[in-house]
Amino acid sequence: MPQVPEATELAVKGLAGERGGEVIFSEVSFSLAPGEALLVTGPNGSGKSTLLRILAGLLQPADGSVLFRNGGEAWPNLGAASHYLGHLNAMKPALSVEENLVFWQKFLGNALTSPLKALESVGLDGIGHIPFGYLSSGQKRRSAIARLLVSYRPVWLLDEPTAGLDRSSGMRLQELMRAHLGEGGFIVAATHLPLGLEGAREISMAASA
Amino acid sequence: MLALYHRDLTLGLRTGSGAMTGVLFFLAVIAVIPFGVGPDLDLLARIGPAVLWLGALLSSLLGLERLFQADREDGSLDLLLISDTRHMLAVTVFVKCLAHWTVSVLPLVIVAPLLGMFMNMPAEGIAVTTLTLLAGTPAITFIGAVGAALVVALPRGGLLISVLVLPLTIPVLIFGVAAGRAAVVENDPFLPPFLILAALALFFAVLGPAAAALALRSADD
Repeated sequence: MPQVPEATELAVKGLAGERGGEVIFSEVSFSLAPGEALLVTGPNGSGKSTLLRILAGLLQPADGSVLFRNGGEAWPNLGAASHYLGHLNAMKPALSVEENLVFWQKFLGNALTSPLKALESVGLDGIGHIPFGYLSSGQKRRSAIARLLVSYRPVWLLDEPTAGLDRSSGMRLQELMRAHLGEGGFIVAATHLPLGLEGAREISMAASA
Repeated sequence: MLALYHRDLTLGLRTGSGAMTGVLFFLAVIAVIPFGVGPDLDLLARIGPAVLWLGALLSSLLGLERLFQADREDGSLDLLLISDTRHMLAVTVFVKCLAHWTVSVLPLVIVAPLLGMFMNMPAEGIAVTTLTLLAGTPAITFIGAVGAALVVALPRGGLLISVLVLPLTIPVLIFGVAAGRAAVVENDPFLPPFLILAALALFFAVLGPAAAALALRSADD
């Protein structure tokens, strides 16, 4: 099982984010050690998604810094070390679920579990051959979660991971997240539902004025 | 990277509309030219290479809009962007361009000989023009990628791409037609314009993806 060195640290200092030229949050600081999770809570529009996009390196911060320390050569920055699960599932409707996962495994590298095994662990065994476009929205979300399992990344950046999931799938996701933390992974999740992670820290984004 | 090429190829073939639309549009453009120009067979043969090139140029712009937009709509583009340290973004764009060219533009090159007959072109002229299309159309795709990357966030960017890209493709058009004309007009040299055309394709193969990568990275701000 791949692991990151113990000295690895995810450090965020004085981060400010803007959307459309307007600063929507500022002075966000936290640091995570391996095996720690952070929940980002707050009302709609408070900048949870923007924070995650900045962490992933998709947006430039208005101020402050994001560091992934001692990740070694394999994980030089946070973007490279992250799985990003956004609002969108990043799967092609015209390809089958398995083809989608096989593609991401090859493209992302660091293969961890086989696509079929990953589908099994999100409770979608037996539907790998169905085109992704035919799935229900909960099933789509679950196959996107399976993407986190096919390739190894120490950091999971999850944006509303439970959106569209039923109760038992939510529980399954909790188990997967606990297992990931147990192996020394990091999780930063934006959510307004409790994810049931014990010992997870929480920062609350203030509503924008 | 091979996986990305393979995925885009499969997607292009499965959704299927892109290549067919391009080919039919190409056919429509070439088929109306003789009606417009009139039944002067010599004239048609002489302007044949130019008409084939114009038709191929316009048809190859048709599917460009979806090059990055489809990936942006389903969120794949985000993952391609954050994989930058693993797969340099410019290389990712280059591979996507190659896949797009294979699916949407190569069919145009393949039907070009057939359409050349519509223009009463001699066999040699058809062969030479097809060869110039094969060498030159990748340049159009690489230039087009920059346009596609610039308008990726706009809902109806298709027309804007054409407006942005067409002026930049003029050098490719000039040398492509010049090389093609060598076969239908006497005393016109073939090799010099053809080599410049090939050089242009190689030049844009480097510059296009790099510029498109830059545009994609700033598209989300």
